[in-house]
Amino acid sequence: MQLGKNQRNMLTAVGFLSPNIIGFMLFTAIPVVQSLIISLYDWPTFGERKFIGLQNYIDLFTKDPLFPKVMGNTSIYVFCYVALNIVLALAMALWLTNIRRGEKLYRSVFFLPQVTPIVATGMIWKWLFLPKYGIINNFLGIFGVPDINWLGTTGTAMSAIIIMSVWQGFGYNMIIFIAGLYAIPESQIEAARIDGAGKWQVFIKIKLPLISPSIFFAIVMTVISSFQVFDQTMIMTAGGPANATNTLVLYLYNNAFTYLKMGYAAAMAWVLFAIIMIFTLLQMRLQKDFVTYE
Amino acid sequence: MNEIKTNRQTYRPIIKKAANHIVLTVLAFIFLIPFLGMVLTSLKPETEVLLLPIRIFGSRLAMENYQRAWTFFPFGQFLFNSVFIALCTSLVAVITSSMSGYAFSRLHFRGRDLLFTMYLGTLMIPQQVTVIPLFIIMRRFGWYDTYAAMVLPVGFTAFGTFLMRQFLLTIPYEIEDAARIDGCGAVESFIRIILPMAKSSIATLLIFTFINSWKSFLWPLIITGSDRVKTLPLGIYMFNGQYGTDWSGLMSAASIAIIPSFLVFILFQKYLVKGITMTGLGGR
Repeated sequence: MQLGKNQRNMLTAVGFLSPNIIGFMLFTAIPVVQSLIISLYDWPTFGERKFIGLQNYIDLFTKDPLFPKVMGNTSIYVFCYVALNIVLALAMALWLTNIRRGEKLYRSVFFLPQVTPIVATGMIWKWLFLPKYGIINNFLGIFGVPDINWLGTTGTAMSAIIIMSVWQGFGYNMIIFIAGLYAIPESQIEAARIDGAGKWQVFIKIKLPLISPSIFFAIVMTVISSFQVFDQTMIMTAGGPANATNTLVLYLYNNAFTYLKMGYAAAMAWVLFAIIMIFTLLQMRLQKDFVTYE
Repeated sequence: MNEIKTNRQTYRPIIKKAANHIVLTVLAFIFLIPFLGMVLTSLKPETEVLLLPIRIFGSRLAMENYQRAWTFFPFGQFLFNSVFIALCTSLVAVITSSMSGYAFSRLHFRGRDLLFTMYLGTLMIPQQVTVIPLFIIMRRFGWYDTYAAMVLPVGFTAFGTFLMRQFLLTIPYEIEDAARIDGCGAVESFIRIILPMAKSSIATLLIFTFINSWKSFLWPLIITGSDRVKTLPLGIYMFNGQYGTDWSGLMSAASIAIIPSFLVFILFQKYLVKGITMTGLGGR
């Protein structure tokens, strides 16, 4: 039997695609649909399941006193973390691209935490933040700052988590920005200099607009990934003290695997998904309107 | 007077440069304190870890911390699992993603762009959405607490497909066309021509997947029960629960878990940077 050209093409494509697609269906597509279904059930890990419609979602937003708290914590974390991360990443990228020589070495240093397990660095930071014996308190003590129980006080625990996370994470965006800055043609900067622009003006008028797509992309991706913060809060505080650092995914994890309320946790996952979708759509819309391309 | 002025002018940029490097070096040093602290504490005798004022070195090199860490949890087993699982995951990711990336970039078939858009869309799905049903599915398969559960759900990635497609698009079509005219089929041209040219992006994907698997915490925490398939992060996490943390033992375990990350990073930094700047997605 002779196959037509189109059929032959199709057959080859199926052959190349099927390994990935089968795995993708099995481990991503089907679970996504299933998770939506689970979220409509009272689904304990063991025992009887019961269809309850949107009740899980209604409970989340009206009955559960902890959920608004957890959402608030997560929002504060996302806002502070993203702002600090982007500013620091951009500042360091500008600095390092200016000195050029040795840039690679410094870049490696600031990127280093990114490749290490957060479980390990989280424990190290727990040790740095120790009251009385911790390096941070002992350093601050030199300036007469009284001993702070960073991770054990509701007022400071989240700040400590944010500091640790920025240390761990800003190197990633820094690399994106460095690449963006190096891609700016030298001639454009030279031309502006000849016209008498100072360093600050070159930054505002030339560099910033030209790397704005990278910055915008980095902000959205960082927002999306930081909504999913889990490792740090699980390891350094387990959400405490008094739920001051309890974040969305940690609460989701506890609901699913400690309280064994799978349906309720699945509903939470869909709330998270909805938030991420909103930011993704926002990115696609705004990218068209605001961002300057070369 | 004039001469002094010109001297100043010639030296100023050099002084400025030196000042920049000094400040940056100090910053880099401060930035690395957590890692330095980790290594130094892992070498201090247990009784000297919490002493004031803080000392940089202990009274002697306390290698027994590493022995203690080694027996605190089945260290050898966990280390092997970490390496084995990271390697298998990377292998699955590279094989399946390079094939699908090839199909999406260089084969022509109906519905290609639609299918690829769907793939891209799933990049936005947070892991937490799939984690609960995956846990249920794995238990139904009887895969709870197995290597298969640690490797397979992580190895099939839309990200890998995306990365490979982006790279393969940059290979000129003429190269493949020439081979096709000589009677090379798609499979042959994929293996003989495309794969060898895609070495660097394969390396990139390999390293991303390896590091992500090495760092991974949430999924292993959920899907393992016994010590049989647990990985190093879970071992380090075990130090967390105990009363009066054994800091020097913990830091020894952390050092052993972190040093391979450093090595991979130092050896393959080029590929990591390439992957980040190409996609801006992997390993966040």
